[in-house]
Amino acid sequence: MSRHEDMVRVATEVAPIPRDEDGAPVFREPWEAQAFAMTLALHDQGLFTWTEWAAALSAAIKQAQASGDCDDGSTYYQHWLSAIERLVRDKGIASEQALASRRDAWDRAAHATPHGQPILLANDPLR
Amino acid sequence: MGHDHHHDHDDHSHLSEIELRVRALESILVEKGYVDPAAIDALVETYEVKVGPRNGAKVVAKAWADPAYREWLRADATAAIASLGFIGRQGEHMVAVENTRDEHNIVVCTLCSCYPWPVLGLPPVWYKSAPYRSRAVLDPRGVLAEFGVHLPETTRIRVWDSTAEVRYLVIPRRPAGTEGMSEEALAELVTRDSMIGTGLARQPEAVR
Repeated sequence: MSRHEDMVRVATEVAPIPRDEDGAPVFREPWEAQAFAMTLALHDQGLFTWTEWAAALSAAIKQAQASGDCDDGSTYYQHWLSAIERLVRDKGIASEQALASRRDAWDRAAHATPHGQPILLANDPLR
Repeated sequence: MGHDHHHDHDDHSHLSEIELRVRALESILVEKGYVDPAAIDALVETYEVKVGPRNGAKVVAKAWADPAYREWLRADATAAIASLGFIGRQGEHMVAVENTRDEHNIVVCTLCSCYPWPVLGLPPVWYKSAPYRSRAVLDPRGVLAEFGVHLPETTRIRVWDSTAEVRYLVIPRRPAGTEGMSEEALAELVTRDSMIGTGLARQPEAVR
């Protein structure tokens, strides 16, 4: 349970991470936990250092603030996700265009999936 | 009214903008071998137990404090919950079931692990376990006893099976001695388990 502590510590130096009374991270929606877990996994793979992560998160938050983010903590993991996207792009793993076209594929897949069924990328009619 | 949260594509699924971005990123990282989806699931599961059901607690506290809101919640939980800003992403309907002296409600999902996460956060690991899913239906009183909940024999237990379309929220009984407490203070008494039905609301002494 302590694997996340380094990440939480560096993130908190940038901006306080939402936590419960026991100090554990709190997620309001499942995707927030997914984004959190993806960052841990990518760091474990050696894709970036925590210093690089802190810089990317800080840049994402500054950019959001400049474009009028409400800055009340409710958008915290949106900035978090932007930071991962930024790092993935800077490291040459996936371009902005690759992410955008994959996003569209998921959108088509969702619309082609009957309600209540698992949404799979294979459901994209254009795939 | 029915599916009015599900505006344009009644029979289709929908992902929010942010969910689309997360899926796009994760699927590319998985394909390139940077991320193991099982490892992500395992990590997410680690944190699931840490999610506070604050939204649901606010709903229940308001229902305790405001009889008109309670009536609305029981008649149309989807709308009453949405009025507080808690809205599901996939248009699932919420149904609120109220515990009384004579009746206790417990929620399960026998097919998968459908869960009202907009109000309760992420589901606890046990909710998704096969033993809970089967035994909650066959022996709800035994399951409740394992959670430390012992109800009088005269209290009927109703088991609600969630589906992809309908999610249940249990309104636990308001503890005695809480008259005049503020909604904020009442919300402190509402635990996640009490809204699944595997627990009771806390006594006011317990949080002082």
